[in-house]
Amino acid sequence: MPAVEGLFTTDDGEPRLIGGRVPGTESYFFPKHLGGADPRVGPVELEEVPLSRRGRVWSYTTSHYPPPPPFVVTAEPYEPITIAAVELEREKMVVLGQCTAGVGPEDLEVGMEMELTIDTLYSDDDCDYLVWKWRPVAAGSEG
Amino acid sequence: MDEIAVLGVGMHPWGKWGRNFTEYGVAAARDALADAGVDYADVGFVSGAVTVRCGYPGYVAGSTFARALGFTGAQLASSYSACASGATALQVARGQILSGACDVALVVGADTTPKGFLAPNAGDRPDDIDWLRFHLVGATNPVYFGLHARRRMDLYGATTDDFAMVKVKNSRHGAHNPNARFTKEYGLDDVRNSPVVSDPLRLLDICATSDGGAAMVVSSMEWAHSHGHRDAVRVAGISTVSPTYPDPVIDLPYLAADSAADPSAPLVGFKESIGARAYDEAGLGPDDVDVAEVYDLSSAMELDWYEQLGFCGAGEAERLLRDGDTAVGGRLPVNPSGGLGAFGEAVPAQAIAQVCELTWQLRGAAGARQVDGARVGITVNQGLFGHGSSVIVRR
Repeated sequence: MPAVEGLFTTDDGEPRLIGGRVPGTESYFFPKHLGGADPRVGPVELEEVPLSRRGRVWSYTTSHYPPPPPFVVTAEPYEPITIAAVELEREKMVVLGQCTAGVGPEDLEVGMEMELTIDTLYSDDDCDYLVWKWRPVAAGSEG
Repeated sequence: MDEIAVLGVGMHPWGKWGRNFTEYGVAAARDALADAGVDYADVGFVSGAVTVRCGYPGYVAGSTFARALGFTGAQLASSYSACASGATALQVARGQILSGACDVALVVGADTTPKGFLAPNAGDRPDDIDWLRFHLVGATNPVYFGLHARRRMDLYGATTDDFAMVKVKNSRHGAHNPNARFTKEYGLDDVRNSPVVSDPLRLLDICATSDGGAAMVVSSMEWAHSHGHRDAVRVAGISTVSPTYPDPVIDLPYLAADSAADPSAPLVGFKESIGARAYDEAGLGPDDVDVAEVYDLSSAMELDWYEQLGFCGAGEAERLLRDGDTAVGGRLPVNPSGGLGAFGEAVPAQAIAQVCELTWQLRGAAGARQVDGARVGITVNQGLFGHGSSVIVRR
């Protein structure tokens, strides 16, 4: 199950972040209900839209120390996590996400094409808790 | 904007003392009052800067400091705006003074920090973006610093040695500051050999969290003149602007930046806009600045500020640094106090501490770290939730 409900979907067989859009415009927000607002627009109900699955690396970093709670450290000893900021193709919006396991800073460069995938954030006895992650398109399987 | 006078400044030394924050704030306040030669009974307004973290008792800072100094019936306020809290407390005090509600105000900020990464309060809060970024991505504050540093390397060819040189420069300044926590002079190899925290940044590139307190006594210009402060340092501009939508630069604590897909939306850089507002209020520009205190949450971030404050063009900050322009003795010294690299961050005190340093600089009282002939100084800082500040002082 999603670690937090309502942020991504795999409904059409393809993982997508769920964003908000001012109807009829190119103003997007993520997460839909926590992404701020366009002050030029009056009160408006954002429409729910799936965001581009692909984008390009804006920047990246690797966290060599385990983040504190509410992050859940899954590997003992801690394995450094790499985080990419990816500018979505259509929305021109930079979105953070962990990279999939095995992707490190040596595999990334600014401008590289990335795609969204759904992966395990952490697990307990009952289930796997899922989140979006980034991986290089070149390393992607089904492309 | 009308000016107010800085009559006195004071600080409790930064460290990891582990005592109640009130103690640091009161010590700084008493120093500032003594420095000003002002009787505490003349203070009509106490403006506290707050931090909000883990049920920490700093929520009511204005009252806490005033009670510890002794309640006098002065009016109170407490300001929270993340790293900019101290500048907001100063701005609130300025508003009180310029509206005529008081003549003299005391501005105080102090903090006791936990060990390790700053993290959100306990509990599950999936509607809190600050909680989500830790839970879903593991995006600590240094992650954002690392992203910006890497971006700078890619855009402008900055190197990790450039970042290290910022730390080396600031540690040289901080070695002469009795209020700094870290007074060791670091060399390039010390930085190069410190462990990586958030690639490409190393431990010595990233500011620590510290305990400390800072305070200012400020008044109307009329009150200053009639009480013998004829040549006081003046606050000429205060900026606490929010970002302007759409801001396409990802920054803490958000999961996503604003969308830049709408071509009709004007793009205004947030960090550029912080200083621009202060310059505007003061009627001054980058060419007028003699000394600056900028928020080096990371060494790389100091370089960004050179450009965002207009000291040079985009991509030219490394040259300023390498030429020694921004060291004490150079053309435009930056962080003569030693900056956050030498202090570590005591959140609600830090923006006040920046102004304390500039006050000493403009008075010619900064000892071995003195910037000769400084008449105009600017601070800039930035933190969580779209908060930032800039203060311009002149003499």
